[in-house]
Amino acid sequence: MAKELKLMKGNEAIAEAAIRSGCDGYFGYPITPQSEVMEYLMAEKPWEKTGMVVLQAESETSSINMVYGGAGVGKKVMTSSSSPGISLMQEGLTYLAGAELPAIVVNVVRGGPGLGTIQPSQADYFQATKGGGHGDYQLFVLAPATVQEMYDFVFLGWEIAFKYRNPVMILSDGAIGQVMEKLYVGDYVPRWTDEELKKNAPWASFGKPANREHHIITSLELDSAKQEQHNHKLQAKYREMEEKEVRFEAINCDDADYIFVAYGSSARIAEKAMQLGKEKGYKIGILRLITLFPFPKKKIAELSTKVKGMLAVEMSAGQMVEDVRLAAQFRCPIEHFGRYGGIIHTPQEVLEALEEKIIKR
Amino acid sequence: MTEEIIIAGFGGQGVLSMGKILAYSGAMQDKEVSWMPSYGPEMRGGTANVSVIISDERISSPIISQFDTAIILNQQSLDKFESSVKPGGVLLYDPNGITNPPKRTDINIYKVAATEKAADLGLAKVFNMIVLGGFLKVKPVVTEEFIEKGLMKSLPERHHGMIPENLKAVQTGKEIVEAVRTL
Repeated sequence: MAKELKLMKGNEAIAEAAIRSGCDGYFGYPITPQSEVMEYLMAEKPWEKTGMVVLQAESETSSINMVYGGAGVGKKVMTSSSSPGISLMQEGLTYLAGAELPAIVVNVVRGGPGLGTIQPSQADYFQATKGGGHGDYQLFVLAPATVQEMYDFVFLGWEIAFKYRNPVMILSDGAIGQVMEKLYVGDYVPRWTDEELKKNAPWASFGKPANREHHIITSLELDSAKQEQHNHKLQAKYREMEEKEVRFEAINCDDADYIFVAYGSSARIAEKAMQLGKEKGYKIGILRLITLFPFPKKKIAELSTKVKGMLAVEMSAGQMVEDVRLAAQFRCPIEHFGRYGGIIHTPQEVLEALEEKIIKR
Repeated sequence: MTEEIIIAGFGGQGVLSMGKILAYSGAMQDKEVSWMPSYGPEMRGGTANVSVIISDERISSPIISQFDTAIILNQQSLDKFESSVKPGGVLLYDPNGITNPPKRTDINIYKVAATEKAADLGLAKVFNMIVLGGFLKVKPVVTEEFIEKGLMKSLPERHHGMIPENLKAVQTGKEIVEAVRTL
């Protein structure tokens, strides 16, 4: 595949990936710090090149329901927003999960709660990985740490979303959205033809011929016995994801005394802190989570028997750290560090926290 | 080689675009680069700053708080970032409007009178490129050839006619930069 070098913001990489991955439709509503996604799409006019629809809806509620409609007919559709906007989409997300519809939803997280601030944050971890909407459901959650991953995870997102018929969330943050880095882009993947759509999304509601049953897209089931069966099916799907789709990057973990567990921009900051720690003689590794659901429980359990302690680094008051503790079963000390509310921790602060909370305790 | 830079000044001085041209030029020279703007209400008319990293290796954090070089274009930014320069690092500033010059004695301090020179030469539009020239004279992290390529890549085609003027400004910056106090 031909690779072309570009220099782009993370948000622009999402938009470029949408066009190049054969996305059929993007429905969004502007909000800082992710407005460049739609801005870029509007400037590129993909409807003239690939036929992709780009539409500014009247609200986030509306855009997620447009996604529901597009996904119901088997199209590759997506939306993006930032924290307050994603909160407005929670009803739509649980409906998508309940109706088993594939879609990509990007959250470029900003500081909360409420309208909060427009600066980067990672305080939407609970919302992304523990539901957010009602009912027993899971989003498949990918956490990009580079501009390249913002791009690559759109392609991966379609794969996962259609394989499991489940919405995929790309959980980014204001820092990765705004930073500009090198990006290698590949060839354009054409949008699916009607024939390809029928093959790749045979369940979709693309028009009923006389000789087959209706394809019904719904999350409603009034017979609770059937609803329980449906829930069993969903749970089996989530367990299969946990079995097959866990992704992480383990950096210098093999002979580490201490581990930073982190994702997204915090993983980048932790990597710098690891380098600073090396100068002081500490053996630090990083477990960078790529999938937040499914969560790398086994890897954390394995590491917890080998190291002297772990520091969960996240720009929140301590959310992911709960999953780290559950996975590690208290086999080693696990502490949390993070600035939040829109403040980004520095590599120096992360290293000091490791020293204070783990090394010197 | 890893060079961690902060560029800071008023919104409208071309702080972000100077950083962008530097990052593009580094990318053209096959280096790893990152460009991380401060974004938010302070950008609209107030102060603006951007961290740029140019490196031969994989860049860990694009978010940094200690810098090899600070390029400073107003007093507020000088007050904010003087203490963030690594010992032995470089602080380059435009003396225009600076009432309290830098005081540190453990870093290398340079000045480039870009505002004044830009006004003299009628090059106000490329003021930031004079500053960039001053920086490149002190720290040649990218070569002139790649600055030109970086400009080609970062400027929209309708502005490519301005590239010679930009390169002239870089040259001017190289000529007028002067050491204030070096180690």
